[in-house]
Amino acid sequence: MRYSAFSILKQAFAGNLGWKPAWREPQPKPHYDVIIVGGGGHGLATAYYLAKEFGIRNVAVVEKGYLGSGNVGRNTTIVRSNYMLPGNEPFYELSLKLWEGLERELNYNVMFSQRGVINLYHNDGQRDRYVRRGNAMMMEGVAAELLDRETLKKMMPFLNFDHARFPIMGGLLQRRAGTARHDAVAWGFARGADRLGVDLIQNCEVTGIRRENGIVTGVETTKGFIGCNKLALAAAGNSSRVGEMAGLKLPIETHVLQAFVTEGLKPCLDHVVTYGAGHFYISQSDKGGLVFGAELDGYSSYAQRGNLATVEHVMEEGVAMISGLSRVRVLRAWGGVMDMSMDGSPIIDRTPVENLYLNCGWCYGGFKATPASGFCFAHLIAKEESHHVARALRLDRFQRGFPIDELGAGTQPNLH
Amino acid sequence: MASLISCPHCGTRPKEEFYIRGDATPVRPGPLADDEAWHDYVHVRANPRGRIHEHWHHTAGCRRWLVVERDNFTHEVFAVTDAAAQKEGAA
Repeated sequence: MRYSAFSILKQAFAGNLGWKPAWREPQPKPHYDVIIVGGGGHGLATAYYLAKEFGIRNVAVVEKGYLGSGNVGRNTTIVRSNYMLPGNEPFYELSLKLWEGLERELNYNVMFSQRGVINLYHNDGQRDRYVRRGNAMMMEGVAAELLDRETLKKMMPFLNFDHARFPIMGGLLQRRAGTARHDAVAWGFARGADRLGVDLIQNCEVTGIRRENGIVTGVETTKGFIGCNKLALAAAGNSSRVGEMAGLKLPIETHVLQAFVTEGLKPCLDHVVTYGAGHFYISQSDKGGLVFGAELDGYSSYAQRGNLATVEHVMEEGVAMISGLSRVRVLRAWGGVMDMSMDGSPIIDRTPVENLYLNCGWCYGGFKATPASGFCFAHLIAKEESHHVARALRLDRFQRGFPIDELGAGTQPNLH
Repeated sequence: MASLISCPHCGTRPKEEFYIRGDATPVRPGPLADDEAWHDYVHVRANPRGRIHEHWHHTAGCRRWLVVERDNFTHEVFAVTDAAAQKEGAA
């Protein structure tokens, strides 16, 4: 069923009884051309683009829970392409371009809102770094604006400009960046993939990867063995565990990141704002809640819940940036498990196992990458070569000495 | 995460006194080891779910490096030993 103003009107007159489920619930077939492990944003986007752009429609997505039950439903919904390094920026810019046409592409309202992302700076050195990043973006054809304190004061008078330790001097703005409705992105790609014939198999956990003569022949699952010609892993958070089933050891540690949402408020925060003296980021959802988060808890964790010390730290950062936040009540807090790679950048690559493909290491920036990640991963699976914007995102880059360390934090996964 | 950690030197202490460095299993290769061994040590992690060994520093206490054995899914802590003691034990 195609969604349109007309279909809404028609259903309204029919008592809204004619809506069909957005996707089927098929039983697994014995064999597929491609099996994708992980029914999150990236897995579903990969399936969609495989079917849509590369003509491979005999595809299954196997998901251990329900679709979108991992990080695509647990993030702070920020979409941006304000990266600095040549290995990253063209990739994220492709992603942003795909975001800009995504709703039309999927015939699904993902509530993409290009409200602008502002990174605040608090001292001269930080301003210089932002100028450099803005210039790096412009060299890739991406607009960036440096805002001074006066401009920023007019835009966001509620910021704590005169904080004694971290006064706000200005910010770097990317106007095309913004937010999207996270669940809708997973649902839109799921519906799109399903309509192109992809089987979305939920509540089906992969328990093993079967190999013969070093080549993957299929996956053992809780719904039995499913054969495949190519196996693609998009199981962020659990990449190491799935990879281990095929004998891979990855440059990844799993860490927990927390996020928060407040009670609903009237519109008060028009942009996404990030705090330069810490790592706090905040935006207002269309429902009115302020959605925010900050750093990792900083230790290895597979539990989707975090630590109170980090909660306190996040709140302190938020209140240091916007004093008025102290009067707002937090409604919910939750945690997600992140694939933290050794340089803070993701991996979309083949593996030493010939027909096994890997999409992992998204750290806590995977949501914005969803369309490009799916597109480039599908390109790799279908054409056996990296998409040109994802060429740097290789698995062996650490060994070869070509990490993409945006923050310059070194091989400390808890610091990216 | 457990709220209290039993430091072998200081007794039971709140976990905020500790800094968690990370996985304690990789062993630093010798200076003449090949690139492959260094790559394994610097970049590659087993990253299991379940029982892990971690290096913790008792920053606000005895300032000793400790090895904490804990479950990274349930957050249960099984053992805390001094890193030096564990090294001697292993040798």
